[in-house]
Amino acid sequence: MVTENINIHYGDVHAVKNMTLRFPEKSVTALIGPSGCGKTTYLRCLNRMHDMTQSARVAGRVLLDGADLYDKSIDPIYHRRKVGMVFQKPNPFPTMSIYDNVVAGVKLNGVRNRSILDEIVEDCLKMAYLWDEVKDILRKPALELSGGQQQRLCIARALAIQPEVLLMDEPASALDPIATQKIEETITELKKDYCIIIVTHNMQQAIRCSDYTAFMYLGDLIEVGKTKQIFERPREQLTAKYVQGQFG
Amino acid sequence: MSFEERQQKRAQIRSMFRSNVRRRLLVDKIVIGVVVACALIAIIPLFWILGTAVYGGLPALSWAFLTEEPGAVGSGEISIGPAIQGTLIIIGLSSLIGLPIGVMGGVYLAEFGQGSRLAKQIRFYMDVFMQIPSIVIGIFAFLAVVLILGHFSVWAGAFALSLIMFPIVARSTEEAMRMVPWTYREAGAALGLSKAVVTMRVVLSHAKKGILTGILLSISRVGGETAPLIMTILGSSVFFEDLDTPMDALPLRIWRFSLQPYDEARMAGWGAALTLVLVIFAIHVGVRYFFLRDRSGKSLSETLRLRRHRG
Repeated sequence: MVTENINIHYGDVHAVKNMTLRFPEKSVTALIGPSGCGKTTYLRCLNRMHDMTQSARVAGRVLLDGADLYDKSIDPIYHRRKVGMVFQKPNPFPTMSIYDNVVAGVKLNGVRNRSILDEIVEDCLKMAYLWDEVKDILRKPALELSGGQQQRLCIARALAIQPEVLLMDEPASALDPIATQKIEETITELKKDYCIIIVTHNMQQAIRCSDYTAFMYLGDLIEVGKTKQIFERPREQLTAKYVQGQFG
Repeated sequence: MSFEERQQKRAQIRSMFRSNVRRRLLVDKIVIGVVVACALIAIIPLFWILGTAVYGGLPALSWAFLTEEPGAVGSGEISIGPAIQGTLIIIGLSSLIGLPIGVMGGVYLAEFGQGSRLAKQIRFYMDVFMQIPSIVIGIFAFLAVVLILGHFSVWAGAFALSLIMFPIVARSTEEAMRMVPWTYREAGAALGLSKAVVTMRVVLSHAKKGILTGILLSISRVGGETAPLIMTILGSSVFFEDLDTPMDALPLRIWRFSLQPYDEARMAGWGAALTLVLVIFAIHVGVRYFFLRDRSGKSLSETLRLRRHRG
C-alpha cells in the first residue's frame, strides 16, 4: 500500500500535510507522534473512512494493488474489503453473537454457505488468538466478553473479510497489560500474512511489534525508517527528542 | 499455510462476495432516492397547509385585525386581539402548571424510578394518557372545575391543557435524560456530589436540548387545542379581565369564524390561523434562542486578560 501527497483538511485546519509513505507487505508499520499530530486522521483516510464525516477533505492518492482508492471510478465498498480496520475502543456489534460478529462482513456481503462461514469463524478466531477462549460460547452475545476479548473479536471480524491490509488505531490503548500482550502477539503472528499499519502512543509497543516506524508531528511526516534505526539512531533532532521522551 | 497459499485463499473467499459494483451503486442510489423522496413527501402537506394559510390569511392581517376586539357577528368587524392575548395567557398559565410537573416527573422516571415497579406503572399510564382524545380531557375539566366552581374560567382551561402537556413533557424529558451517557453520572458521583446535584447540574444540562424539544412540542400541541377550550374557557369577544371569567383563544376564534356564513369571517378565520402559526413559530424561535444560544462568548484566556487589565 502506497500513499502519495495525502493532504487532509478539517475546515480551516490542515491536519495532515503531504504524506508520502510506502507500507510493505508482510510487515508492521507503526505511526507514532504526540496527540493531535494527525496519525489517526491519516490512518482513517487509508480506508476512506472520512467519507463518513462530512467536514474532512482528502486530497492525494492511496494506491493498493495499483488502483487509486480516491479515483472517481473506484467504489470504496469494494476497496474496503481489502482493508480491514480495528478501532481504538472495541466496538463489536451489540446485538450480535460472537459468531455473527465474526462473519458479519462476510455474511452481509452475500456469502451464505454454512461450512465456509464456520471455517472462516474458526480460522479468524484462531488468528486473533481468541478461539480457545470462546469456541464453546460462540452463540453468546459479544458484549459478554471482556474488553480484551472484545478487541480480539474485532480483529477477527476485520480479518474475516479477507483483507490484505490491516489498519489498527491504538488497538491496545483501552486494555490491560495481559490483553495488550495478547494483542501484540496476535499482531506479530498476523504480519506473516498481512500488511499491518498501527497507530500507537506507546513507544515500547512500537519497538516490540513493528518493523518500520513513521514519526509524525503537527501533520508532517518527520522521519520514517526501520524501527530499530528510528529509536536508536534517529536522523532528525525532533524524532530523537520525541523517542527519548523529552516532549509529547 | 504459506503466504502465497493464504493470499490465494483470501482472494478466493473474497471472490464469493457480491461483486457487481455497478449494480450495488445503482441500488445504493435508488435507496437514497427513495429515502429522500419519502422525506420530501412527508413535508409536502406542511408546506401545503402553510401556503394555504398564508394565501388565505395574509389579506386579513392588519394592525386593527390583530389588536382590536371583534364586533357582533355579521357586523363586518372582525378582529382577533383578545384571541391572541388569550392564547398567550393560556399557554403561559398551562406551562406554569404543566412543565414543572412534567419535567420533574421525567427526572423521577429517568434517574430515580428507572426500572422500579412504580416507575413502570407511571410510564404505562402516561403513555395511555397521551392517547386520550383531548375532548375527553375537556369534558373532565368541565366536570372537575367548571361545574364545581359554577362558571367557565381561564383556570379550568389551563388545568385541561396542563393535563395534555405533562405526559408529553415527562416522557420526552425521560428519553432525553436517558440519552446522557452513564459515565457522566459516575464521574459526578466520584467527585462526591449528591445524586440531586449530579442530576440537576450534569445530567439535566446535558439533556437540555432534548427536554426543550419536548417542551416546545407540548406547547405547540396545546396552542392548537380547541376541544378542551370549548368546555372550559368558552370564548369571549372582549379582552382578558380575570382568571375566573371566560376568555378567548385563537383556536376557538378560528372555529367560531369557520361557523359563520360570511365571506369576511372566512377570511378572518384564515387570518387567525396564520396568526396562530406565527405565534407558535415565534415561541419556538424565542425559546430556542433564549436557552440554547452560545453563552461562552469570550474565551477563558481573554476573560482572564480582561480581568487583569481591569484589576
